[in-house]
Amino acid sequence: MLRYVLTRLLGAAVMAVLAILVVFLIANTVPGDPVLAQLGDLAASNPDTVMEWRAKWGLDLPLWERYGLFLWGVLHGDLGISIASQRPVLADIAQYAPATIELATIAFVVALAVGIPLGIAAAVRRDSWVDAAARVISLVGVSSPTFWLAFIMLAIFYGGLQIAPGPGRLDPIAFPPEEVTGLFLIDSLLAGDWDTFHDTAAHLVLPSIVLAAATIGLITRTTRAAMLEAMQQDYVRVSRAKGLRERFIILRHVLPNALIPVVTLGGIAYANLLAGAVMTETVFSWPGLGRYTFRSAAALDFPAIMGITLVVSVSTLLVNLLVDLSYAALDPRVRR
Amino acid sequence: MSGAIALPAVPSRRSRLWRRYGLAGFGAGIVLAWILIALLAPWLSPYPPDFVEVTNRLQPPSATHWLGTDALGRDCFSRLLHGARVSLLAGFSVVVLGAGFGTLLGMVAAYARGWVDEALMRLTDLVLCFPPIILALAIAAALGIGTTNTIIAMLVVWWPKFARLARALALVQRGQEYVEAAVVLGLKPARILGRHIVPNAVGPLVVLVTLDVGNAIITFAGLSFLGLGVVPPTPEWGAMVAEGRELVEQWWVATFPGLAILTIVLGFNFLGDGVRDWLDPKARSR
Repeated sequence: MLRYVLTRLLGAAVMAVLAILVVFLIANTVPGDPVLAQLGDLAASNPDTVMEWRAKWGLDLPLWERYGLFLWGVLHGDLGISIASQRPVLADIAQYAPATIELATIAFVVALAVGIPLGIAAAVRRDSWVDAAARVISLVGVSSPTFWLAFIMLAIFYGGLQIAPGPGRLDPIAFPPEEVTGLFLIDSLLAGDWDTFHDTAAHLVLPSIVLAAATIGLITRTTRAAMLEAMQQDYVRVSRAKGLRERFIILRHVLPNALIPVVTLGGIAYANLLAGAVMTETVFSWPGLGRYTFRSAAALDFPAIMGITLVVSVSTLLVNLLVDLSYAALDPRVRR
Repeated sequence: MSGAIALPAVPSRRSRLWRRYGLAGFGAGIVLAWILIALLAPWLSPYPPDFVEVTNRLQPPSATHWLGTDALGRDCFSRLLHGARVSLLAGFSVVVLGAGFGTLLGMVAAYARGWVDEALMRLTDLVLCFPPIILALAIAAALGIGTTNTIIAMLVVWWPKFARLARALALVQRGQEYVEAAVVLGLKPARILGRHIVPNAVGPLVVLVTLDVGNAIITFAGLSFLGLGVVPPTPEWGAMVAEGRELVEQWWVATFPGLAILTIVLGFNFLGDGVRDWLDPKARSR
């Protein structure tokens, strides 16, 4: 087991270094020119200003030298300075990450709470109307464009019925809770501030449903397939022959075995939620990493783009690693 | 007939087929309808898609403008129909080109084995470890807006899954006796790969390629929504939703293009779901 863990860790580290190289090459060899995106037309027409600006951001150095500097910085926890915000990229990411983590976590819980029971029901009542309904629900969820779903939800529940709060994490006039974790739900509880807690929770409802929509389908389909697979095993037949009640067989014997692939998928789905928040956050004016990513991309803010891609892909690598390791812990056959 | 005994309903073969594949047929119908609309858009549209009539802006749906008009007074219905062309074209190009490139790499890797296989598959893993939307976003932003550039950005993140699939399929074929026979006959590797392995492995691949078009369409529309897709006057659904995003009172501007994306992607996914069941013997057996 230890050898397996070490091999996987080494593999992940190599991938991370290569990922940095890819990100660096994309950011530095494509035609887009951050000078024009950042400086106004007037300033960009003055060669001296442009030269000075390029030198300031190290854009006049040869490519390999810039890569060396960038790698050296990454090893020291320095992802460079964002051209747009003029702050360290890592500080920007640290500031925006909690909003995204809070949103993605709630969306993940919503997806599991809807997807797993729906998947179980669809498998147990296979080919019935429950199965058909679960299929349609999950396919509609996967097929809805997130940005449009966000607009529709806001138009109906905020604009039309006025039962949901508008975009953002809090009421525009409310003060955020004293920062401990950056997660407003937890921070407001720590401060004992029930009004803020309530406000935060209300603002989370629409965006988390929108973000969860596609994942619900994924979880439902996987749970259903895994349940069907497990229900065909011999131990289920033995349990039935022993005269155990069907409900007991499903919940105690089939479900635990069926949940293993769901756990695997769940890890990957959570990592995807963090990345998929781009659309949801843009429409809901959610001050998180997704919106930061979009803004940086639109402004050709390469240090910021590199930083985000790096952080998100390394977290994806880590999540995949953890999933593989937990899989190996659950199923000894994988370790070979 | 009043004395007839009611027999317990045994589902006929037809009703079972309907239950399992009815949804897939429905999906195929939606997809075909949209393809027809895309082909016939210029003849079906009551107005040219970029015909601006400022005096007529933001009119609600009516007999003259079935889906209303947008902020520039353009007919939403005509733009919607023309949008099908852009979306389908982008979806098919991304998937066909991505699958072509991925298949080539995957098959070469499977046939060559050894270090070539190892190198190509590590490259695949490398691209797969990036979140697709974020990588595509970064590349699209760097290349600049435009339909072709967005398609290129998507291609970069699209090929790896097909490379993996093609490799797996080719590995299965490689173990078959007819390949051994071809090797014994002294055929060149390129010929064995091209004339023997590819034709035999390509069936499931073609099916999966078609089904992936829905994913490509939704991603393309998303990038377009963020302003990284088509150049403005082009009628494109993602961009049209973006134009109507702030117009909650004039709900029709953003609602209908979104419904168009939903239905076309749903069509591909309904179809895909049925075909996956059909391809998977385990799901078919009962």
